[in-house]
Amino acid sequence: MTGSPFVEMLPPGAILVLGALLIPLLRGRLRSAYMLLLPVLGLVQLLLLAPGEYLAFRIFDYDLTPVRADRLSLLWGYIFHIAAFVMVIFALRVKGAGEHVAALTYAGAAVGAVFAGDLVTLFVFWEGTAIASVFLIWATRTERAYHAGMRYLIIQVGSGVLLLAGALVRVWETGSLDFDFIGLDGAGGLLIFLAFGIKAAFPLLHNWLQDAYPEATVSGTVWLSAFTTKLAIYALARGFPGTEILIPIGTLMTLFPIFFAVIENDFRRVLAYSLNNQLGFMVVGIGVGTELALNGTASHAFAHIIYKALLFMSMGAVLYRTGTIKGSDLGGLYKSMPWTATFCVVGAASISAFPLFSGFVSKSLILTATAENHYTLYYFLLILASAGVMEHSGIKIPFFTFFGHDSGIRVKEAPRNMLVAMGILALLCIGIGVYPQPLYDILPFPVDYEPYTMTHVVTQLQLLVWAALAFAVLKRYSLYPAELPSTNLSTDWVYRKLFPAGWGYAVRVGGGAWTQFKGRATRRTVGFLETLHRYHGPRGILARTWPAGSMTLWVAILLLVVLVVFYL
Amino acid sequence: MENEESRVRTDRKRWLDDPANVRKVYIGLWVISLVLLALDLVYEKHAHYPAEELFGFYAFFGFLGFAGLVMGGKLLRRFVKRDEDYYDR
Repeated sequence: MTGSPFVEMLPPGAILVLGALLIPLLRGRLRSAYMLLLPVLGLVQLLLLAPGEYLAFRIFDYDLTPVRADRLSLLWGYIFHIAAFVMVIFALRVKGAGEHVAALTYAGAAVGAVFAGDLVTLFVFWEGTAIASVFLIWATRTERAYHAGMRYLIIQVGSGVLLLAGALVRVWETGSLDFDFIGLDGAGGLLIFLAFGIKAAFPLLHNWLQDAYPEATVSGTVWLSAFTTKLAIYALARGFPGTEILIPIGTLMTLFPIFFAVIENDFRRVLAYSLNNQLGFMVVGIGVGTELALNGTASHAFAHIIYKALLFMSMGAVLYRTGTIKGSDLGGLYKSMPWTATFCVVGAASISAFPLFSGFVSKSLILTATAENHYTLYYFLLILASAGVMEHSGIKIPFFTFFGHDSGIRVKEAPRNMLVAMGILALLCIGIGVYPQPLYDILPFPVDYEPYTMTHVVTQLQLLVWAALAFAVLKRYSLYPAELPSTNLSTDWVYRKLFPAGWGYAVRVGGGAWTQFKGRATRRTVGFLETLHRYHGPRGILARTWPAGSMTLWVAILLLVVLVVFYL
Repeated sequence: MENEESRVRTDRKRWLDDPANVRKVYIGLWVISLVLLALDLVYEKHAHYPAEELFGFYAFFGFLGFAGLVMGGKLLRRFVKRDEDYYDR
């Protein structure tokens, strides 16, 4: 099959993007089967695709490489397709075709971006993910979601514009559009770094994530959790490996969202903070930049997409059944949603990196690389952040939803398709954790690492179990902060309150001066127009009609004057 | 009718509904924690830094780190907490 036109002539992602267009034509089971088939076909294409560059062409003296398949892009391609397949299962009950079209187009654009070999192709797909994904937020069809989607779209498209600007500056600097190592040496590199940083939710550039993701639909948030930010991680790993500034940036990303997650009441927003924190670990891996570290980033992205989707699915199922996702309203749901609770606990154990779960075998590569390269301070801060992961995702999410105080809510278990999707992901979490070798085999570099050493298992269990003990003690003595209906301010306050308020202030203060200025300007303009009217108006001296005879007279006078002057 | 039945089914008395059992879980967690701590006495640690090889380093780091992060969150709440409809007004 290798070398067949189907595999090489169609860019990866095209099956999802083009295939999505036909979804509105289909109904019922046929539509379900068709949607499940698309990611399967896409994955088959990747499995048959030999590493190399495809579809290259030349335009205006620039070489474009729309498809570059290597171990890094293929790994991302695999997990994006696996995620898309399971997410289609989870979303099967969504009636409208629009949400499905948006979701699969979005996934396909993300795949396309991962395989982009030049910055122009990357830009096209980069914006594609932004535009397709916003419909998953708007599909909630509330005023709130509309505004959140608008803010999301502006920031995402802005990131694309920065990327394009950076690419253009880079062409001018280096003469090449290739998407390989970029680095921070030129202005172009800086612009691209910023574009990637927005999408990767760097500190202070992050808030679009926590603002928009929890406003999407039940399945929309699940889709969003996988692609946008992991595409950014891929782009950073491709363009900026070993860029040391990423180590402090990533460490900060692992830590500050924890504090917000502790006090956040919307549990899908808690997961968005937790997502931000997980990205931090990957960013640190890119900053360290050794083979072990980059393998860590790649494997952690792979494992993370699975357990994070699982967690968002479990919260989505709760929202679907109970109509709320607020911590202050939930509790005791294990009684009516036991399967969802079980799957959620598996996701929580995976993200917390318990031995035998997927996070344990992926995150430790990054931590080990950090220690081996003597980033001592960052190493210990990352361990602190690991205790923090245990806090918000390991305990808070499952405990306050499914256990804790019984809210009295009694609902049905999640629909079967949602349970199947969660079940598959839960099995993958455990499978990767118990037997990591297949994942290690597809990482970008050869792996020489054994996660299950006595020291690693015991120290990790000590860290996590004693963290859980701290929770139990704090809870017992009522020191743990209660779940409260609230909004917590973050950087979005700047553009949601400060700018509008500043504009209002400017209008009020500037308003008086403006009225005065307008009055004076009006008087002046009217005066000027009156002058014009006096001379040029219908009765103005310059607009009067003069008899032809007077003209002859004036010509004669002029000639006389010329004659006199000539003879003088 | 069907709803009534499922209500009865889900509302039967659960093991965790008894506060005495919750206390058992709490004590069980202490036991597991202490056993894990004791393991530090019996095996040879191979850590990257000398500090990590101190007795119970990870256990205490986990406990204090967790408590510190939660308290940090409580502190943050004083500054950033607003009403739920803050942005909708």
